Order: sequence, then structure tokens, then C-alpha cells
Amino acid sequence: MTVHPPMLACTDLTVHYDNRSALRSVNVAIRGGEVTALLGPNGAGKSTLLKVLSGMISPSHGSATFEGAPLTGPHASITYVPQRSDVDWKFPISVLECTLLGLIRSRSRWAPFSRSDKEAAMAALHNVGMDHLAHAQIDALSGGQQQRVFLARALMNQGKALLLDEPFTGVDVPTQEMLVAILGRLKDSGTAIVYATHDLAQAAQTADHAILINGEVIADGPPSFVFTEDNLAKTFGGAIVSIESLRAVAR
Amino acid sequence: MINWLTEPWQFTFMQHAFLAILLVGVIAGAIGVFVILRGLSFLGDALSHAVFPGVVITFILGGNVVIGAMIAAIIISILIGAVSQSDRIKNDTAIGVLFAGSFALGVALMSLQSGYVRDLNSFLFGSILGVSRSDLWLTGAVGVIVLGLILIFRREITLISFDRVFARSAGLNLWLYDQLFLVLLAMAIVISLQMVGNVLVLAMLVTPAATARLLTDSLRRMVVLSSCIGAISGLIGLYISYYQGVPSGAAIVLTATVIFGLTFLFAPRTGAIFTRVRYRMHRDHPEDDLDVLPDQPAS
Repeated sequence: MTVHPPMLACTDLTVHYDNRSALRSVNVAIRGGEVTALLGPNGAGKSTLLKVLSGMISPSHGSATFEGAPLTGPHASITYVPQRSDVDWKFPISVLECTLLGLIRSRSRWAPFSRSDKEAAMAALHNVGMDHLAHAQIDALSGGQQQRVFLARALMNQGKALLLDEPFTGVDVPTQEMLVAILGRLKDSGTAIVYATHDLAQAAQTADHAILINGEVIADGPPSFVFTEDNLAKTFGGAIVSIESLRAVAR
Repeated sequence: MINWLTEPWQFTFMQHAFLAILLVGVIAGAIGVFVILRGLSFLGDALSHAVFPGVVITFILGGNVVIGAMIAAIIISILIGAVSQSDRIKNDTAIGVLFAGSFALGVALMSLQSGYVRDLNSFLFGSILGVSRSDLWLTGAVGVIVLGLILIFRREITLISFDRVFARSAGLNLWLYDQLFLVLLAMAIVISLQMVGNVLVLAMLVTPAATARLLTDSLRRMVVLSSCIGAISGLIGLYISYYQGVPSGAAIVLTATVIFGLTFLFAPRTGAIFTRVRYRMHRDHPEDDLDVLPDQPAS
């Protein structure tokens, strides 16, 4: 197995909101060709860390780098997939139009989207099994279908890193399986994938690398290594989990 | 009938009024779509009040009231943006504080002047029959700027209205685009003020756009429809005003409201009556689930 150098990294990262610190002294390294799961309870700083890694939030202290260079803002090679709850799903826009907006950074504002752009969007939708609903309104979609459209929009921007905030939350099993398959393909092509989740079993099954986080990094490494009773108790505050079953999944 | 339609056009002041309300209907209708989609109706209402000190100051100094109002609107919209940057002050709170303060300043300044009641009245209810040729040019210029910038930044404005987090991650400067939108909104409000007055200006922004939302799921069609409904409401309202002696602002807004009411009841697919019929049909034939889209393409 090829070990890639870190594509995204944080060194001694601290983020304050107002007077409250969301993250303290975080050091993480994310490699291309790996799926990294960020795990922690609500308010643990998972979304904040993803936003720092995508260049949306500047660290209060410490630094974030992409391919060794400091991240000073959003980067064309880093694609972010927000939580579904961040979006106004009643907005009058079709699945195809939403997918095309993935090209907003790279297309001239003076021209309409070209035929090849539309073909690329249809191909991205085909990849996620949504091409038959290209002309449907987004508010008519189920949660799983909405998540697939988000992924298709992300696929339009062929970046080197893909950051997803809670992609498995509230989606049906076929969508989960499809997400896992697509993330696997992207990983094989060398993309660095990071996703935030509450779901330990999902992470144990799909991630090469797990980061347990609760304001600070509790543990960092392969899921089979970091999913110990002690680490999970520190992360989730003593929530009841079946460690043996998780280990079995991770193995 | 032809005479009925053409009679008002023989007067220059009515020609100006018709052209002005057509322009305002189109401009306010277009930007109003983004006002309702972003839930900014309160901001629209607030801005229309907040321009009052600009109106009074230009009235005192003897300049063009529209330009004074526009300067005030731009200052207030930038101040709202700046104050709502604070983590502790929500956007609607910033709007509330600044619009009430600004309106109070206008009232205080106005009370120091003679002719107070008459001019406050025209600010509150509009004076469309007093539209001059230079007002028309100014309205046209504002229209070109507002519609042109909406067209140029259509993708950015759409993405920011729909998915702000993704927009930010794609490198869009949200603060800058929000300010641009506020300034465009302020310009649309100011040119509408003269036509329908401060109290009713919100209707020019919100009612045609809300009607258009009931009729289409396409953003592009919604902008076109909203503009057309705004212009048609203006036209019909002005005829009613001319023949029935109703104040023009009230007649225009009532027309827009009636069009909204009819659409709300009878619109195909979304109208209350259609929805009720569909609900009954579904109750009788529950196997026809109309809302769930297939996960797999039909084979």
C-alpha cells in the first residue's frame, strides 16, 4: 500500500468563537488515498475542523496547510459538502441546475453553462444514480437523494481533497452504500477524503483513519486501534457502546 | 373600450406615471424574488422606512429626493451589514435598531420644517402623478443597474440564497455579495417609494414574487413572471386609480394582492383548490402517491 505525504495538515490549531474555544491544540495529518472519519458528539468541533481544512475559517492560533502551503482561504482543489440542514431545500432549483453550480468557481460569469458542462453534470448525476431525476426539483427529493445530488455537485469540481459534513446522517441504506462505493473510487484515485460522523460502526467499516475529537483530539489512527473503551468514553462522555462489535467491524 | 384604455395617455403626467410604474413593477418584481427566497421581507420593509432622513435632508437642501433617499438607503444597508457582523447581534435585530433609529431621525428633522404634513403624506403614500421626466430617466438608469447586476451575478446570488456554506467554501465573499444585494434592494425600494409610498412599497417587492412562486419551480421563470405581474399590477392599478379616484399606491397594491389571491386559490398544481381536489383524489386512491420520486429510473 502506498503511503502518501499529508495533503492537509493542522499544527497546534486552536479556534475560538467569541470567548469560547471550539478546538484546542489540534494536530492532524490527512493523506491522499485515505478515508478519514472525524468522530465526536455534537459540539465537539468536527464541523469547525472541516471548515478550517476547507479554508473557510482561519485558525485563532496555529496553522492549517494544504500540500505543505498555508491555507489562507478556500482552495480550488478542496471541495466541501455541507450538511443537508445548512441548505434551503424549498429553493426553486432543479437537480441539474444545483449540480452545475459545482462549476461556479471555474466558469465565466459572462457565458451560460455550455453543452459539455451540462453533459459533465449529467455524468456526475449518473455516477450517483440520479440522472433520471435531473429535471426534478430539489424539494421533491428524499434525504438520501439530496445527499447524492450534493455529492454529484462535489464531483463536478475535480479536487484533490473532499470534505463532507455528516454525509451519512438521515440517508437510506442504498444511499449509504452508494456513498461508500463512490468514496472508495475517489480514494483509489488518490483523493483525500474526510467526513464527519456520529456513527462509529459506519466509520469502523469505511474509514482507514479515525480521529476522535471533543474540543481536542482524543485519539488518531486506524479505527481498530483508536476505538478503545477509554478513548470512546473520553470522546462521547461515557456513552454506552459495544466495543467488541465495533472492533469486529473494524477488523 | 379603446377610448377607455387610451384616454389617460393623452396627459403627459399619466404617460410618465405609466412608464414609471412599468419600470418599477419590473425592477421590484425581479429583485423581490430574491427577497422572498432569502426571507428578507422585514429588511425590505425596514429599508423603506430607513431612507426617510435622506428624503428630509434633500427636501431641506432642495436636491433630488430620490438621490437623497438612495444615499440614505446605501448608508443604512452598509451599517446593517456592519452591525450584524457582531456575533451577539442577530441580523433582524440590527435591522430593527437601525431602521427605527433612522426613521426617528427623519421624523425629528421633518418636524423642524414647515410643510411637514403634506410632504410626509407623499412619502408615506407616494405621489406617482408627480413623476418628472428626470425621475423617469433616473428610474430607467436604476433599472439597468439593478437588472444588469442581477444578470451578471445570477449564479453567485442564486448559490448564496440557496446554500451559503457551499458558496463560502467555493470562495465567494459572502459579505461583499450581501452588501451588493442590499444596495440593489435599496435602489429598487427608493425608486418604488415615489410610486407607491413608504407604507406600501413592501408589496411591490413581495406580492408579485410570492405570486410567481406559486406558479413556477424555475428561478428564471419566477424572475420573469414576478416582473410581469409587478408591471401588470401597476398598469391595472393606475387605470383604477385614474377612473375611480383611488390613490394610485393603494390601487396598485390592491391589484397585486387580488392577483396573488386568485393565484393562491386557482393556480394549477399549487393552488388551494387544486391541492384540495388532489388530496381528495389521493384519499380515494391512496395507491397513487404523487409526491415520492422513484429512486431508480423507470424501466
